Amino acid sequence: MNQNKVSLEARHISLSYGATEVLKDVNLRIEPGEFFALLGPSGSGKSTLLRLIAGFNQHQRGELLIDGKDITGTPPHLRNVGMVFQNYALWPHMTVWDNVAFGLVERKESREEIKRKVGAALELVGLQPYASRRPSQLSGGQQQRVALARTVIIEPKLLLLDEPLSNLDKNLRVQMREELKNLQRTLGLTTIFVTHDQEEAMTTADRMAVLDKGVLQQVGKAVALFDFPANRFVAGFVGTANLVDGRVTQVNGETLTFQADGVGVMVLPHSGDAPGLGQATMSFRPHTVNIRVRDGHVDASRIWLNGHVESSEFLGESSRYRVRVGDAVIVANQPHYSGLSLFPPGADVRLGVEATQVRFLTR
Amino acid sequence: MSAVLTEPATPRLPGAARARQRIAWGHWLLAALVFAFLGAFLLLPVGEVIYTAFVTETGALTLGHFSNFFGQALLRESFVNSLLVALASVFFASAIAVPLAYLTVRFEFRGALLIQTLGVLPLIMPPFVGAVALQLIFGRSGSVNLLLNEYLGFSIPIMDGLVGVTFVESIHYFPFILLNLVAAMRNIDGAMEESAMNLGARGWRLFWRIIFPLSLPGYLAGAALVFVKVFDDLGTPLVMGVTNMLAPQAYLRITSIGIEDPLGYVISVIMIVLSILALWMAARFMKGKDYSTLQKGGSSLQRRQLRGWEPVLAYGWVVFVLLVTLAPHLGILVMSFSRVWSFSVLPDSYTLAHYATVLTDSRLMIYNTLKYCLMSAGLDIILGTAIAYLIYRTKLPARQWLDYTASIALAIPGLVLAIGYLRMFKGVNFPFTDTPIVGTWILIMLVYAVRRLPYALRSCMAALQQVHLSLEEAANSLGAGKLSTARRIMVPLMMGGILAGFVTSFITAAVELSATILLTSSQSQAPMSYGIYLYMQSIAGRGPGAALSVIAVGVVALGTYLSHRVIENSRAPVATRGE
Repeated sequence: MNQNKVSLEARHISLSYGATEVLKDVNLRIEPGEFFALLGPSGSGKSTLLRLIAGFNQHQRGELLIDGKDITGTPPHLRNVGMVFQNYALWPHMTVWDNVAFGLVERKESREEIKRKVGAALELVGLQPYASRRPSQLSGGQQQRVALARTVIIEPKLLLLDEPLSNLDKNLRVQMREELKNLQRTLGLTTIFVTHDQEEAMTTADRMAVLDKGVLQQVGKAVALFDFPANRFVAGFVGTANLVDGRVTQVNGETLTFQADGVGVMVLPHSGDAPGLGQATMSFRPHTVNIRVRDGHVDASRIWLNGHVESSEFLGESSRYRVRVGDAVIVANQPHYSGLSLFPPGADVRLGVEATQVRFLTR
Repeated sequence: MSAVLTEPATPRLPGAARARQRIAWGHWLLAALVFAFLGAFLLLPVGEVIYTAFVTETGALTLGHFSNFFGQALLRESFVNSLLVALASVFFASAIAVPLAYLTVRFEFRGALLIQTLGVLPLIMPPFVGAVALQLIFGRSGSVNLLLNEYLGFSIPIMDGLVGVTFVESIHYFPFILLNLVAAMRNIDGAMEESAMNLGARGWRLFWRIIFPLSLPGYLAGAALVFVKVFDDLGTPLVMGVTNMLAPQAYLRITSIGIEDPLGYVISVIMIVLSILALWMAARFMKGKDYSTLQKGGSSLQRRQLRGWEPVLAYGWVVFVLLVTLAPHLGILVMSFSRVWSFSVLPDSYTLAHYATVLTDSRLMIYNTLKYCLMSAGLDIILGTAIAYLIYRTKLPARQWLDYTASIALAIPGLVLAIGYLRMFKGVNFPFTDTPIVGTWILIMLVYAVRRLPYALRSCMAALQQVHLSLEEAANSLGAGKLSTARRIMVPLMMGGILAGFVTSFITAAVELSATILLTSSQSQAPMSYGIYLYMQSIAGRGPGAALSVIAVGVVALGTYLSHRVIENSRAPVATRGE
């Protein structure tokens, strides 16, 4: 449908409301045709950034470029940037058909063109039978599709989605996630969507940017962010991470000595990218931690720590344990198979952390 | 096709910057226009009135007019009388309204419809019209007293002098208290009462310690309104021949001595001050006391069944109140059909002649009323929508002041505003013509618009608040500019609220007299309310006057009903055009 894929670039974007800084020096490049996620907790500035691209907010400093042209100051209705709102913002006084046709009417397209395009757009989202209904007569998922059809019909340069799935129940969310992805592939539109749900971001987007307190923390593919988080925030926000503070006291040859606060001294292998001496945070994922009964077992590929179970959650595919080791609490996931008995709270256990999966964060 | 669509969407930067600037500039222009209107037709006239009260003919500041005012026995007496009548009216209106409100909220009682009906009555018929009818029913030689005299040998002089004015005003304006009180009581969380009962309170103590204090803000809002309305009312005392009150005194001085008489302005200032004082005290008392305690999902006060002798008492009271409050309306209706009705319980014979008279003589008045009121209501919703838009959708500094300024009109008696217009536009001609402005109907229309603007503004603001900002932004991002968004999204969505504002403005303007009576300079410009007043001056005119009143009430009631229908329809867009 749309062959003109565009890129978006933010250069040193800053925005504040009075004394409150909402965005601080954001730099970002989104490639043509990319499905890009802005991920962050509420108040991180992700929605502000999206609304800024749509033209509803104005940044005080920096440049915002679509295909290299600065669009700062272009009013929203001249940007040709389509936005799907969190609450869908369907107009209650218009039918589905009129809602979808709105943008074309604004562009003064001919009656036949409008008829053809609206028909095609409704077909795209599977809603032709509902054309004469009012938005209030549709389910949440259907409303979502109307909002999408209404936006893509104007063939926007960019498609912006503001928390598109947050108003849907869980099963529908997974289904719509698929639909969104397929739609984006079909249209090839450069798409940016905002979410606070890391699973949503990881499953849907080609690349994502993690924002916290108005500052861009890290940009990259889901796998990269998951495996090599740039700092404590990203490690904790993208997936679950065990974070143990301490000091690197010695680095030599292939090993490194880490003095973990309240836990003890560990010696780990390293493969060239070792952190320097001094303060650092050890980070590892719960599924890389082996949990077993307290015995004398030693296996050189893992770091072994003694602790006792504080609490456990049975999740089905796995059991999640919170284990106290010295002053720290470490989360360990144990894959579950039928017949495997769970450790009761208070049980003494031995944790084996996969040494190659440990990352050191200095920020 | 896509090339055509996507090409021009990113204009060069200078153009874009200009576009941004033009938008903010437009807001300023709109705000300036609205403010210019309010300034010219509200602030300046009122300021002129106040200024005139404090200066001598040579322009020096003085308090002499005030000492002159209080030096005259008649004016002192008028001042005290007005105050007494207003306070007494509040008292008696409360005595009627509080039990009614309590009954409807607290008990299983089919009163909702009744309350709604009562609430509309004072809006559709001005008190001075009712006064004439009440004279025939409760007056010295009215139906009730004739009956009392014949069978019991005594009569009640309830329609005489100040007592009469108080009586008319109380039964006319009590719905203002009733409606506000009911709304406040409905907002009390049932748990408030239940926890008080749980701690041992019941009966009267429960009412006085919990329910009444919680509904006090609503009560005060209504009471302040009644006070202001009564204090401002000119028609009722005039029709009842009571001149020793402030409003009639101001009117008489301006019409007999002339627009230069400083005492008219002193009276105006006193009326403004007391109005503001009443509203301010109510507002001040309510400050920080938002008692709408009803929680989400909570239930309001428990209703219970009337037991034993209670239904007798309750329905007895309601029927009595209903009879008294409907008396003026029934009286007017009967009067409009009666050939002669005096010194008799009911008219001696009936006729349709009055309607014929009115329809031949007063067609122009009906036309004038429609003309002025449609125009002023139209002006009100345009101004109301503009102000609401500026307040909720722009970031102009001090934009709230447009709202505050427009709301000043609530505290300005119509009489005072009219005096201000007469003084300010005296000797001013229309640009490029020799027609003096004071001699035309424009001022009547404007005074209606300014005085009803606060009501229309509330409706428009509520309507705009209900339109979520994202509905506009969605239109914006799909390529609709400011005007197009307004036309295709905002206005249709706000329609119900705007119409409600239009109708409120229309029907209240249709029965306004205080300002009309001063600003009407010739018979050909007279609207219906003025016509009714003129007819009512003479005994012979009462029949046609009543007929014209019935027509006025009919027009207003029809308008109210139609607007209800339209609003209901526009609020329920669901379930139409289904497959």
